[in-house]
Amino acid sequence: MSIRRRIVTIVSLFALGAIAVVLWAPTVGSTSISLSRAFDTSIPWEENVDAQIFFVARLPRVLSGAIVGAALAAAGVVLQAMLRNPLATPFTLGVSSGGALGAMLAIALGLDVGIVGVSSIPIASFAGSLVAMGIVYWLASSQKRGLSTNVLLLAGVTLNSFFSALILFVQYMADFTQSFRTVRWLMGDLDVGSYSPIIAAIPFIVAAFAVFAILPRTLNLLTLGEDVAAARGVEVVRAQRLAFLSASLATGAAVSLGGPIGFIGIVVPHLVRLMVGSDHRVVLPAAALFGAAFTVLCDLTARTIMAPLELPVGIITALIGGPFFLWLLVKKS
Amino acid sequence: MLSADHVSFRYAPGGPLVVDDVSVHLAQGALVGILGPNGSGKTTLLRLLSGTRKPSAGQVFLGDQPLARLSRREVARRIAVVPQETELAFEYSAIEIVLMGRHPHLGVFTVEGPEDLRIAREALASTGTDHLAERPFHELSGGEKQRVVIAAALAQSAALLLLDEPTASLDLGYQLEVSTLLQRLNQDHGVTMAISTHDLNLAASICRQLILMRDGRVLAAGPTDEVLTPENVRLLYDVEADVQIHGDTGHLTVVPVRRVPR
Repeated sequence: MSIRRRIVTIVSLFALGAIAVVLWAPTVGSTSISLSRAFDTSIPWEENVDAQIFFVARLPRVLSGAIVGAALAAAGVVLQAMLRNPLATPFTLGVSSGGALGAMLAIALGLDVGIVGVSSIPIASFAGSLVAMGIVYWLASSQKRGLSTNVLLLAGVTLNSFFSALILFVQYMADFTQSFRTVRWLMGDLDVGSYSPIIAAIPFIVAAFAVFAILPRTLNLLTLGEDVAAARGVEVVRAQRLAFLSASLATGAAVSLGGPIGFIGIVVPHLVRLMVGSDHRVVLPAAALFGAAFTVLCDLTARTIMAPLELPVGIITALIGGPFFLWLLVKKS
Repeated sequence: MLSADHVSFRYAPGGPLVVDDVSVHLAQGALVGILGPNGSGKTTLLRLLSGTRKPSAGQVFLGDQPLARLSRREVARRIAVVPQETELAFEYSAIEIVLMGRHPHLGVFTVEGPEDLRIAREALASTGTDHLAERPFHELSGGEKQRVVIAAALAQSAALLLLDEPTASLDLGYQLEVSTLLQRLNQDHGVTMAISTHDLNLAASICRQLILMRDGRVLAAGPTDEVLTPENVRLLYDVEADVQIHGDTGHLTVVPVRRVPR
């Protein structure tokens, strides 16, 4: 089978799986609905309860899960390849804690106002992500020519704990209700309520994925080391910049939409590599699609397993991801 | 074909000169050995020649064009590099590694086609590793890995090959295999090569010219039998050595005798 054929076949299979999950997930819940009835255009909208539940009540949540999952999984793949570190996650480089701090401040300062239909909390979160990205990028590029991946890692990890301390401080100073909301936000929540937060996040996600699209073969070479990649014709510094900025953008947008949902960015890339190998031309799109399906299914579990109680999706991904991550760590060493 | 014109290099501003005012010339079809003790600047010189580092002073020319003016892609189509060691962060098969050598010939969204596969297979065959094509690279032995990495460099279809201690981690059998392979590539395929090595006998057996480096400077350069003298070995390594012509093979052999003070 030719290489192109293999890429197209595998990615198509993952795409079919992801589409099936996204269509099926909204039919599950307290009221079971029929997919064919939801898509039956001969029934007027006002009378089609199935369509209303599907498109208004449940699809926004499923779509936001798919977008967040795809973005975090793809960002994980890109960062792991660029840092040549299989244990890196989209949250390693401090972007997500910057996003979390932004959201905390918006909640604690009572800045929860709507701006053209979008709450200020995701906007503050996204701004926080960009600030964190800027700091880490500035630190990593001030040292030597280009980007130092070591400084990138260390600065990211340090910034993570620094921002976590600030988050605790903000929570401590906040009143009880606000404090409760911040804790809930940190657990990750895909119940976005309407399409407008999704629409607001989409331009950034699209921009990030447009960069992801040109990266895969370069990522393959970067995993062999900077010098080898350069000798094979890769403009290493440019590629690292693109990888870092696009992955951070995707992470920031995902966190602003669904909160810092952990482990997707590491569990999904590794599962996908186990299935399809390490060629990033397959891994990157397959991980994005698998991440979408995985997150939607985790969220489905979260909202049905203890119904009518809805668990935050972050608890489910962490329950699956934690043990998996440890298994990976043991297997690696 | 490839020449360095008074190049110097330091890794950090204000740091020591690792390469200090070096001029070398690789003519078309040349097979040049670069010898020198640890830290003499061999690897750095190869990096300057391949353009993966830019000289702090001086220029490298590919033909009559300054290397710094060419894009990485353009350079990689004409110069391939075999590093000292290849460490993978993720698992790839041997054929995948070799196909990555096609990178500078492919557009952003182009996928390797039948022609690229043919070139990769041919590269594997000419390094005697075609039977390893589908094996995971990390499971191969040191000698197999090195030959696959050389195959990847060959798949780059470059007229120039720069090798950094290609036999350093190999046992005697593989050393012989790799050196025979390099000689054959040079003679039958006309690949111009520069090889840095600590193995004087390897250099003596396959390299027609030598560049001796110490403390970032060129100590001597020229045809192997003129340059590889006991005096030069002493100046290079602070080692007194016996240099003789070996009966069967007809090339020089170096036997170290004792360490002498600098």
